[in-house]
Amino acid sequence: MKFSTVISPHLQPVNSVTRVMSNVLIALVPGIAALTWFFGIGALINIGLAVTTALTAEAVILGLRNRPVIGTLKDLSAVVTAVLLAISLPVIAPWWITVTGSLFAIVIAKQLYGGLGYNPFNPAMAGYVLLLVSFPMQMTGWVAPIELSSVSLSVPDLFRLIFLERLPKSVQFDALTMATPLDSLKTQLGLNRTVSIIRNGEAFGLLSGKGWEWISLAYLVGGLWLIWRKVIDWQIPLGLLLGLSAFASIGFVIDSEHFAPPLFHLFAGATMLGAFFIATDPVTAATTVKGRIIYGLLIGALVYIIRVWGGYPDAMAFAVLLANLTAPTLDYVTRPRVFGHRT
Amino acid sequence: MFKSWRFHGGLRLPGHKQLSAHLPVIEAGIPGKLVYPLQLRPGVHLQATVKPGDRVLRGQIIADAEHALATPIHAASSGTVRAIEPRLIPHPSGMADECIIIDTDGRDESLPAAKPIDFRHEQPAVIRKLIRQAGIVGLGGAAFPTAIKLNPGPRRQIDTLLLNGAECEPYITCDNCLMQADPAAVIAGAQILLHALQIEHCLIAVEDHMTQAFAALSEALDNHYDRRITILKVPAIYPTGGEKQLIKVVTGKETPSGGIPADVGIICQNVGTAAAVYYAIGKGVPLTERIITVTGQGVRKQQNMRVRLGTPINELIKQCGGYTNEVKRLIMGGPMMGFALPEDDIPVVKATNCILAASSAEVVGEKQARPCIRCGECAKACPVDLLPQQLYWYSRANDLDKCKDFSLFDCIECGCCEVVCPSHIPLVQYYRSAKSKILTKAKESEKAAIAKRRHEALLQRKAREKAEKAERSRRKKEALAKLKVADKAQEEAE
Repeated sequence: MKFSTVISPHLQPVNSVTRVMSNVLIALVPGIAALTWFFGIGALINIGLAVTTALTAEAVILGLRNRPVIGTLKDLSAVVTAVLLAISLPVIAPWWITVTGSLFAIVIAKQLYGGLGYNPFNPAMAGYVLLLVSFPMQMTGWVAPIELSSVSLSVPDLFRLIFLERLPKSVQFDALTMATPLDSLKTQLGLNRTVSIIRNGEAFGLLSGKGWEWISLAYLVGGLWLIWRKVIDWQIPLGLLLGLSAFASIGFVIDSEHFAPPLFHLFAGATMLGAFFIATDPVTAATTVKGRIIYGLLIGALVYIIRVWGGYPDAMAFAVLLANLTAPTLDYVTRPRVFGHRT
Repeated sequence: MFKSWRFHGGLRLPGHKQLSAHLPVIEAGIPGKLVYPLQLRPGVHLQATVKPGDRVLRGQIIADAEHALATPIHAASSGTVRAIEPRLIPHPSGMADECIIIDTDGRDESLPAAKPIDFRHEQPAVIRKLIRQAGIVGLGGAAFPTAIKLNPGPRRQIDTLLLNGAECEPYITCDNCLMQADPAAVIAGAQILLHALQIEHCLIAVEDHMTQAFAALSEALDNHYDRRITILKVPAIYPTGGEKQLIKVVTGKETPSGGIPADVGIICQNVGTAAAVYYAIGKGVPLTERIITVTGQGVRKQQNMRVRLGTPINELIKQCGGYTNEVKRLIMGGPMMGFALPEDDIPVVKATNCILAASSAEVVGEKQARPCIRCGECAKACPVDLLPQQLYWYSRANDLDKCKDFSLFDCIECGCCEVVCPSHIPLVQYYRSAKSKILTKAKESEKAAIAKRRHEALLQRKAREKAEKAERSRRKKEALAKLKVADKAQEEAE
C-alpha cells in the first residue's frame, strides 16, 4: 500500500492566528461594554465603521497584491487593529476620522510593509497618531461620562453628529464635550493648581476619572483573562505597569502636589488598554522574555515622561511606536543562553 | 522522591499511549521473507557475508564491515538468501539501497547459542567486543553502536550509567511494555553495563505515568538487591526522552553544545539496549528481534509485538488485523520525530521502535502556512532555548551565517516549535534545509581549499623546477667557461 510522505512533526498544530485574534476580541468585550455604558453607543458606531473600512481596505490591497483574500481576512488581524483604533477614538469623532485612521492603519502601516507579520509599527497606533497630529480638534472632543453629562443625545442625533457633523439646535458642542481627566490634570497643573485640588473636581473619581476608571478596570479584567488563557504573556503588561508605577512613584514621593499618584496613572487614559492589548501586539513587540520585560518597562517610562513633560495629555500611542523601534535590537541583545552553551 | 531538574520549554502532549500500553507483548510470526538493508547510517555500509542461494540459520552473521561504526547483522530466522539487490529502505527520503533478502523456510533453525559467560570475570574490552559481535546498537531510535558508547576514552571520567525509559513521544509504548514484561533483563543488562564501564552508579529513568513499569523494575531490583541501581520517575514532558534533556532532568548537568554525555561523566543507554546486552552476554543470543509498538487508528489492533528484525511492515500490519478505512499516513517512529514511509513493503530495522498507522484525524494534513506573527510561542516551547522565530527568518532568507550565529546546529528537530506555531509554519523543514545547505557549503569550501592547496603546490613545484633548471644551466655554462679558459691557457702555453 502506498502512502503520502511529509516531514515531521506529524502532530496537528494546537493553535492558530484566528484563535489568538478572536481571543483578543473576546477579551475586549468588557472594556467595550464599559466604554459604551459610560460614553454612549458612539463607541459601537466607531467600531462598526472602523471594522468595515479595515476589512474592505485589507481585501482590496490583498487583491492588488495577488494574495488570498478570504483566507487572510479570516485571521481577524484587521478586525483587531480596527477595534483597537476605534476604541481609542472619541466616541463622537466624525466618520471620516475613523475611516481615515483605519485606512492609514491597514493600507500604509500594515499592507504596504507586506501585511500581517511584516509591519514594524503597531498599525492601530500609527493610525491613531496620524489622526492626533493632523486633527487635534476632533481627536480631543471627548463627551462627558454618563454620570456627569447634562445633555444626552438620542441615537438619531448621534448618527447625525457622526455622519453629518450636525448637532440639534438645542445642544452646544462645548456643552456636550468635557476634557478627559488626564487632559484636565495637565491644563490645571499648568495653571499652578495642586494635584489634590484638581482631583477634588467633579470629573475625578476614586482611582482616576469618573467612568474612565471603570473602563480601565474592565480592560484589566480582559487582559488578565488573556494571560490566563496563555494568549499573551505577562512580561510586557507587567513591565509596562511597573515602569509607569516606578516613575510615577518617584514623582509622587518627591512632590505629591505636582505629580499625580501612581494609581491615578495606572487607571487613567489608555494605560490598561495599552498594557494588555496594544503593547502586546506580538508582531511589533520584542519576542524574548527579557526583551519583553525591557520593552514593557520602556513603554511605561515613556508614557510617564510624555504625559508629564510632553505636549499631549496621554502618550500610549507615542510610547508604543517609539518602543517598536527598539524591538529588533532588544531581541538581539537579550538572546537566551542556548542549552549546553556557556553564558 | 528525588528532586528533578527542568529543561526549558517542552510540551505536555496527549500521549495516546493507552492504545497500545497493555500486556502481553505479542510474538509476531515468522514472515515469508526478511529484508536487511546494508546501509546502517549515512556512510556506513556493510558487506554481505552470504551470497544468493546460501542457506542461513537464525543468529548467523549475514553482513559486517570493518568500519568503526559498523555492527554485524544476524539472520532472524532460517532460510535461503534469495537476492542482494536494491530495495526501499526505512529512510526519510524514501530511497532504495542494497538489501539482503532471505526467503524463510519456517523451520526457524538457530545456530547454537554461544556459551554464556560470567561477565564479572571478563575485561571490559572483551565485553565490548561481545556486544559488538551480537550486533547491538542503541534501540531508542538512534541506533548508535553500543560498544562504541561504552568506550568513551581515557580522557573522560564516567561516573553514571543512565538507562533511558522515558518514552516521551506520544503513542510509543515499547519500552514501557518491555520494562513490564522483562524487567529482570533490564536490571541484569544494567549490571553488565556497569561492569563494562567499571563504575558503581546506575540510574533508570521512567516517566511518572509508568506506574506498572516502575513497580516491575522495583520488584526485579529487589530480587537482585543491587544498591548501585536507582529507579527514578521523571515528569512526562516531551522531549524528556532526548538524551541530553533526560540528563539535565535527572542530574541537572548540561551536556556541552557539540559534546556527548560522556563529557559530563554520563553514559546513556535505552532500557531495551540494556535488555539486549543481557541476552547477548548472559544467554549468548545475538540481536535478531525487538519489541515494536504497532499503533494508531489506522490499524485494527494496537499492540506491542516482539518482531524479528527484517520483517516487512505490511506483514506486521496483517498480523494486527490490517488497516482500518481511516488510515492516512504510515510513520516509522512517533508523530513528533518519526518519518513518513512511502509504502509498507519496507522492513523494520534495529532503530524501529514504533509503526504508527495514523488516521487523518491523528495527523496534520497539508499545512497552510501563514506569516509569522512573532508571538514567541516557539521560543517558549524550545527545549534547547533557541529563538525559532529568528532562525525561521534567517533560514528563509538563506542567511546561513546568522543561522549559525543563532545556534541552528543545537536544534534537535523535536518539532515542539512547529506544533505550537499559530501560523502553522513548517519550521523543522526550514531548519533541516538550512542545516544541509550549511553542511554542503562547508564541504564545498573544504574541496575548494584542497584544490587551492594542490594548485599552489603545483605552482611551487614548477617554480622550483624552473629554478633548478636555471641553476643547472648556469653551472653548465660556468663549467664550459672554465673549460674554455683552461683551453685558452693551454693554447697560449703551447
